Amino acid sequence: MTEQTTQKPQADKPASAPKKDTTALVRATLARRYAAEKRFRIYGIVAIAASLSFLAVLLVSIFIKGWPAFTHTFVKLNVTLDADTLDIGPNPSSAELRAANFASVIKKSMREKFPDVKKRKEKKALYSLISTGGEYQLHDMIKADPSLVGKTIDVWLPADDELAAVIKSGADLSKPENIVTRMNEQQLGFAKILKEAGDTKTGFNKTFFTAGDSREPEQAGIRAALVGSALTLLVTFLLSFPIAVAAAIYLEEFAPQNRWTDLVEVNINNLAAVPSIVFGLLGLAVFINYFHLPRSAPIVGGIVLSLMTLPTIIIASRAALKAVPPSIREAGRGLGASDQQVVWHHVLPLAMPGILTGTIIGLAQALGETAPLLMIGMVAFIVDIPGGFTDAATVLPVQVFLWADSPERGFVEKTSAAIMVLLAFLILMNAVAVLLRKKFERRW
Amino acid sequence: MSTTSLLLLALCLAFVSFIFGRQKAYAVARAHGGTRALHSLPGHYGLMVGLWCALPALAIIIGWKIFEGPIVSSLLDSSIPQAIHDKGDKAVELYKNEINNLAASGKISEESDAAKVGAANRLNSVRSYSAIALMIFSLAVAVIGAALAYRKIKTDTQARPIVEGIVRFFLVASASIAILTTVGILFSVLFESARFFQQVSIVEFVTGTKWSPQTAIRADQAGSSGSFGAIPLFLGTLLISLIAMLVAVPFGLMSAIYLAEYASPRTRAIVKPLLEILAGIPTVVYGFFAALTVAPLIRKLGESIGLSVSSESALAAGMVMGIMIIPFVSSLSDDVITAVPQAMRDGSSGLGATKSETVRKVVFPAALPGIVGGVLLAASRAIGETMIVVMAAGLAANLTINPLEAVTTVTVQIVTLLTGDQEFDSAKTLAAFALGLMLFITTLILNVIALHVVRKYREQYD
Repeated sequence: MTEQTTQKPQADKPASAPKKDTTALVRATLARRYAAEKRFRIYGIVAIAASLSFLAVLLVSIFIKGWPAFTHTFVKLNVTLDADTLDIGPNPSSAELRAANFASVIKKSMREKFPDVKKRKEKKALYSLISTGGEYQLHDMIKADPSLVGKTIDVWLPADDELAAVIKSGADLSKPENIVTRMNEQQLGFAKILKEAGDTKTGFNKTFFTAGDSREPEQAGIRAALVGSALTLLVTFLLSFPIAVAAAIYLEEFAPQNRWTDLVEVNINNLAAVPSIVFGLLGLAVFINYFHLPRSAPIVGGIVLSLMTLPTIIIASRAALKAVPPSIREAGRGLGASDQQVVWHHVLPLAMPGILTGTIIGLAQALGETAPLLMIGMVAFIVDIPGGFTDAATVLPVQVFLWADSPERGFVEKTSAAIMVLLAFLILMNAVAVLLRKKFERRW
Repeated sequence: MSTTSLLLLALCLAFVSFIFGRQKAYAVARAHGGTRALHSLPGHYGLMVGLWCALPALAIIIGWKIFEGPIVSSLLDSSIPQAIHDKGDKAVELYKNEINNLAASGKISEESDAAKVGAANRLNSVRSYSAIALMIFSLAVAVIGAALAYRKIKTDTQARPIVEGIVRFFLVASASIAILTTVGILFSVLFESARFFQQVSIVEFVTGTKWSPQTAIRADQAGSSGSFGAIPLFLGTLLISLIAMLVAVPFGLMSAIYLAEYASPRTRAIVKPLLEILAGIPTVVYGFFAALTVAPLIRKLGESIGLSVSSESALAAGMVMGIMIIPFVSSLSDDVITAVPQAMRDGSSGLGATKSETVRKVVFPAALPGIVGGVLLAASRAIGETMIVVMAAGLAANLTINPLEAVTTVTVQIVTLLTGDQEFDSAKTLAAFALGLMLFITTLILNVIALHVVRKYREQYD
């Protein structure tokens, strides 16, 4: 805009109105407009920063809560494994061993450690410092080495959940009034003595990875849920991968342009947006009530999840197939290959990295899914590690849900730790997907 | 022999026949002067024989397994004494269960009824006969099929078209599974809902304002006949979804605008995947976060300014759900914003507009239909979201629009009605399917509109 044009007198303006030149007008509002521009930019930055800080808060809060669950506190006790207290004979059978009275052995050694404790109530407070998991540990030790019977040994036994929480928090035990715990003052006193004598140590919590669910937080583990997740995911993969690839090949390479194809495509797009819980209703009504497949079983969970992930994998596979240039197909046909030979020998191998990436992302989605599995009864309390596709099982996200519902304080850290394991698997799967894409992606 | 090992055996047979078929094709070819004399590649002949071996056998195994259960069950029915039939269906069911348990455990104690033991033994023998018959029959069919196909191998046998025809059939079948799934969903919810609406009138369900799905366990029990007015659930769902959208739309949209219009490619490459992590976190994690971190925080904040906030407030669940949905809104909006032609931006800049003016007055209106589509998709996700509300929202159906109070949603009620042990035919469990139907219809309509709008919009600028 030049000075001259703006200064030209304009015929259609009434002569009485003061002449205003546009440049001045623009200049007058420019500061305001620039301020608005700046504000707009800041809104954008604030929106992104806020979203990312939500993410950070979420992850950090879970990390802080969950980290202690990977360690556990153990208490050193000098136990005498005499056959009389254990109430077992000389070569105990395994049934006899299971029924043996390990609790009294532990109690006895604790009484020896704190000889001043005489009152019933005090004793009870003392005994509750050691987790019942200690009994299982002694059982396993004797089972592995029967010659231990009659000997006196030093063992590290898992502490009760509340004691472990206090020791792990590193709280100053000489100021019991500052500690938030369900333990009473007396128990805190025992804890102080134990800690000062060096009879407590904090180590890696193996139980968390080797045990199934339990009512006691310190004995609860994620092994059963992990195995359940693996079985369910295996079924999902075995069903959804071949079906989705076949569907994608048909729709992308062979489907004629007609109503049926349109219907299929619209259906796939809609299924991708159907709430997951509706798939759970389908599983309940069809597979459990109609076909009478077992409730809570990985096979049913896998079928339901594969129906749910099918659209994701189909859509990704179609995109991968579409990215293979037509010249490949034409070259194949030119050499006399049939349509299917072109697809199986040339197009599909070239599209495979993309298809696998989509499959992994779909499976990661299935791994984190909870709601449909609640519908088909995978919310059971599972202590045993599931051994097959028809055993009752639970999966990792459902285990998180179950523990999150539990009123015991100790389960909060277990829940967070289980979430950390779940997130670790998801990150791993997504990292593999990204790597696959980076390594094999071809731009034509 | 278990079904799994039978299936594996059939597959092994198929593989062996594939090898034999290919061998014979080579032999035939040698007799006629090389593989050029064959109509198809030797591998195709092998595949043909393998498929002829496996497919009929698999069909028989699957068909057998589907019909075995009902037939055995009806045989069992006919062996049940008339006295028990007279007692009604429940007694028959109980009796059958006992026999089944007896047959499965194999433990026959002295107090067991002789008739039941007999029935259990018969059941076991019928089952074992059935398994043996299935094994012999299916393996025989597999061998016969393979032999027939094997004999057919000649130079002019059209092996490739045959194999490709079968493969094509499987491709079509796989593509049709999507339709089968939709039909399955529709039928399962429609069928059970119809049974529900026989017990509770549809008008009461859609317009009633009281939701307490406790039905009497015994007929003579007083009081609890249950009322199924779903309005509080619909309102609760709407309230929580609305809060979620109020969080997700501004944050998501502004992030998308910034990333599409202002951010450098480097920033974009870092921030976009980071935002998408939010969508990849399992919803159960959000639920835990909402229930344990956000809800107490909001409660404390509310109390500090003198408000009474429920510990299961709609606000907490809605806010966390909104955070979860941010990446949906942002990535869908990002796509449509970048699809707006550069010429429109250049034209606006040429007229002297600042960047933000261009975005607000030119790009945004042009992208609006696509953005609306994206927001609708996000809304349908919010309505169908389950775990966050199950863990952080309430169970009691309050008819309120106060975000500080506890409300319940359709998905929460589906979960609470269907988890735990109860009779499948009660109005209580059937109500879950009626709610599922409502949920399915609502999200379907939203999705169809959204997909339509987005597609229309894409065509506009292509």
